[in-house]
Amino acid sequence: MTTIDIDHTSRWFGNVVAVNDVTMSIGPGVTGLLGPNGAGKSTLINMMGGFLAPSTGSVTLDGRPIWRNEDVYRQIGIVPEREAMYDFLTGREFVVANAELHGLGAKEAQRALATVEMEYAQDRKIQTYSKGMRQRVKMASALVHDPSVLLLDEPFNGMDPRQRMQLMDLLRRMGAEGRTVLFSSHILEEVEQLAAHIEVIVAGRHAASGDFRKIRRLMTDRPHRYLIRSSDDRALAAALIADPSTAGIEVDLKEGALRIQAVDFGRFTTLLPQVAKAHGIRLLTVSPSDESLESVFSYLVAA
Amino acid sequence: MYNPTVARLTYRALLGRRRAAILCVLPVLLIVIAAAVRSFSGADDQVAANLLGGFALATMVPLIGVIAGTGAIGPEIDDGSIVYLLAKPVKRPTIIFTKLIVAIAVTMAFSAVPTFIAGMILNGNGQQIAIAYTVTALVASIAYAAVFLLLGTVTRHAVVFGLVYALVWESLFGNLVPGARTLSVQQWSLALAERIGTNGFITSDVGLPAAVVLLTAVTVLATWYAGQKLRTLKLAGEE
Repeated sequence: MTTIDIDHTSRWFGNVVAVNDVTMSIGPGVTGLLGPNGAGKSTLINMMGGFLAPSTGSVTLDGRPIWRNEDVYRQIGIVPEREAMYDFLTGREFVVANAELHGLGAKEAQRALATVEMEYAQDRKIQTYSKGMRQRVKMASALVHDPSVLLLDEPFNGMDPRQRMQLMDLLRRMGAEGRTVLFSSHILEEVEQLAAHIEVIVAGRHAASGDFRKIRRLMTDRPHRYLIRSSDDRALAAALIADPSTAGIEVDLKEGALRIQAVDFGRFTTLLPQVAKAHGIRLLTVSPSDESLESVFSYLVAA
Repeated sequence: MYNPTVARLTYRALLGRRRAAILCVLPVLLIVIAAAVRSFSGADDQVAANLLGGFALATMVPLIGVIAGTGAIGPEIDDGSIVYLLAKPVKRPTIIFTKLIVAIAVTMAFSAVPTFIAGMILNGNGQQIAIAYTVTALVASIAYAAVFLLLGTVTRHAVVFGLVYALVWESLFGNLVPGARTLSVQQWSLALAERIGTNGFITSDVGLPAAVVLLTAVTVLATWYAGQKLRTLKLAGEE
């Protein structure tokens, strides 16, 4: 049982505050660190990985500080976001070197390569690998010493769906084995599929924490805005406003469209096509106008 | 203090195809020039001393030092792959010390060995000139490797600063401003050559005791500070 504790931690770079007074505790199982790009996820992971000192506060592994403490790497495995990884080596040479740096050998390296199913390409140079293969070899290098903590920075970036599934399976397995697995992502669906527990970071702040379903509900229950064009905007508006899932409708004459605010996302999305059909109205455009992740997140911060 | 895995990775990075080719250019040039000089004008002690002092020691050794010293760590910090060394229970000073040993070995191999060969070609080690400059190159390799390795840990433009030091400070200012010579790895190393070679052919502006103290101090301090820098290294390219 290994826990990473982040206690009132801030980190700034010059005048820019990347992480602002964050307190969280990452325990065994899979935790997703969710937030838009530039939110401070990498800064947090770098502090947990011992590559960055907190400006204030503390980051500890089972009570021991991580910064300037090479010994914690006996317990931590890191999968960095960056691509560079001694491309002139073969996959096997790379993982063996990582094993040796832990005082281990070829046997452990082979086991790690088998875990990520990379034995078939282990004797090829890393520079010939695809993005997904690189990611798996990085995984192998992080798993070689059987760490109790696994930190992954945007591990699914650039992976194809099949590779994504494989990695998710692997991480689920790691979590089920009682390891503390933390991965960062800016994609809601990734986190949803993999992590039961999530931590949301927005603009350096800790915006939400806890069970995924709870946060998902917060996200879906927020008012949604749509821009709709139809064959008869006014008739559609009159029909929609009668239902409680719609909180407000504005007829935007300049745009020739309706701006609709829906409060019950699920109900509204089933209602809209039914209403249109019942009144013989053709829907020309239905576009969510605030679906960007940033707006979802800023709603969460306000909530 | 020495980690064979770190050493292996560093050797492979340093002696990769492109870098090895660059490392070979100057030594090959030196040997070709030495052979040409010998065949045109025969064995001449003064010419030998001039060529080894003016080209081998003043240009080749520091340039090889820049390539090997900064190359032993700079690219890894630049592209972030050093993270795989840092995220291990290996002491950071051990990483630096190991990389220093590799940088020294590579600098020596690509500078002292060709210096010796060129010296033998030029005048068959007459007046001990070949030996004197070879020893100088060996000693200078240590200090250059340490200084340029440190540069590789403190700046992303290590090669530029290294070249400025080697070419502008040591060669240009060293020739124009006598004072600059006393703050030059080249002159400190030459103090040793002066002692080994026959009188008059090799001169240094620095006394031997001062030279030894300065060489040792620079090497030790640069290595220590590089180790400290690595302990608090922030990886570039973050948010």
